[in-house]
Amino acid sequence: MAERPISHVPAAALALLAAAFAAQVGVHRLQGPPMARAGDLPLPPHAEALRLAVLGEPIAASKLMLLYVQAFDYQAGTQVAYRELDYDRLASWLQRILELDPPGQYPLFLASRVYADVADGAKARRMLELVHDAYLQDPNRRWPWLAHATLVAKHRLKDLPLARRYAVSLQTHTTARDAPLWVRQMEPFILEDMNELESARVLLGGLIASGQVKDERDLQLLERHLASIEERQKAAERNADSAKRREVDNPDGHPTPSPYKQP
Amino acid sequence: MLGFALPIARYTLLEAMRNRLVWLLVAALVAAMVAAAFLQQVAITEAARVQASVIAAGMRLFAVFLVAALVVTAVVREMNDKVLEVLLAKPMPRSSWLLGRGIGFIAIAGAVAAAAGLPLWLFGDALGVAAWTASLFLELAIVAAAALFCVLTLNQVVTALAAVLGFYLLARTMAAVQIIAGAAGSASWSDRLTGGVIDAIATLLPALDRMTQTAWVLDGPGGASLATAVLLPACVYVALLGAAAAFDLYRQNF
Repeated sequence: MAERPISHVPAAALALLAAAFAAQVGVHRLQGPPMARAGDLPLPPHAEALRLAVLGEPIAASKLMLLYVQAFDYQAGTQVAYRELDYDRLASWLQRILELDPPGQYPLFLASRVYADVADGAKARRMLELVHDAYLQDPNRRWPWLAHATLVAKHRLKDLPLARRYAVSLQTHTTARDAPLWVRQMEPFILEDMNELESARVLLGGLIASGQVKDERDLQLLERHLASIEERQKAAERNADSAKRREVDNPDGHPTPSPYKQP
Repeated sequence: MLGFALPIARYTLLEAMRNRLVWLLVAALVAAMVAAAFLQQVAITEAARVQASVIAAGMRLFAVFLVAALVVTAVVREMNDKVLEVLLAKPMPRSSWLLGRGIGFIAIAGAVAAAAGLPLWLFGDALGVAAWTASLFLELAIVAAAALFCVLTLNQVVTALAAVLGFYLLARTMAAVQIIAGAAGSASWSDRLTGGVIDAIATLLPALDRMTQTAWVLDGPGGASLATAVLLPACVYVALLGAAAAFDLYRQNF
């Protein structure tokens, strides 16, 4: 049935519609934009209580909780907001979300790539620990996040012992076929950065000898790296020997006269 | 206009009574009291706070569904029985019918809000419960006006009810959606477009997330300015929905 033309609508109704619309826009502006306050993140409810509350829809609950958590930190001026968050509570929320939907990767993505990316080292470590603990529960599904956490610990936090601990976990627990080789061979490279060349050499040699590395190019790369470590070791030994000889030749520790004339 | 509207409002109330609305409210109150007794046994500490918060949230949702369903079914029945056509054939403006129905439904919203707030007087802060009940009345008035607008436009029970509940859900969650959308902080045109669309939708919706807060029942309304946070936005939005419903009603052919 065709509608009647607008001319059938009384002018008073049209005027009321226009006035009410303008008033609604005005009221909306008066109320201002919604604001999330970072300090207000409460403790998460217990997982069983949540299951009950969402009528047996734990996956939907976990996604809604993610949105809820994001509403506290995903706001204008994100970096400032992250620092203001209570990271212990944030970690509790992310753990609870993981409990509700264990195959879900979103909480670990947030922990390793978003919340760990803050200037406060203690807070970043809190998130990396969360990723590590979660990884230990399901290594073959969650290794990408611990691999990223290892890189964050090594390159951004410059915490090589922490990076090594994560690398050892990755090497020990990851057995997934889709995990690339570098995920399980991070430890020798971190040891090398820690200047523990002998340990790095032993680990790398062991890895090559174990036959785990099937790809010819990977094998060549590892062998070249092993050779470079051995070269660095020899250079270090040579430097140590020459230092020892200098000490024997010059026991008082006086500086050796320069062969060049002073200007 | 009121001369025609008031009898229609009275018959709207009478219709709700004959639909056993009172018995339904009594049943909801009994269920709330049973839930309160159960929660008192289960809660280890802060039993009153647990009871008040759970009952407040549950009664709010129940009241919203009840008012929306009542408005939609009443108007659809009136359309199907051709009562609306008979009324509009009389020498009265269409807006009188709309005003009468609107007044009747808003009066029902007041009764439902008062009933929903009753059990909270036992557990909550008195001033907070009063503010909560008044705010729920205004929220239900918005829901009633939205249901009237939807049913006049869609003419079907299921579609109109789904539209009203969708509108309610969107209005309750819009603030969170805006915050998340504003977080991207990207300057790309697609992000700006998405943010602009979400802000435009938010402008057209009432901020229901700021109304009828359970925290008021527990700790009192505090420094919240109920006039600017609840009363003014609700009055403006009811007027907007009423005007939109009138616009639609005047354009319909019966």
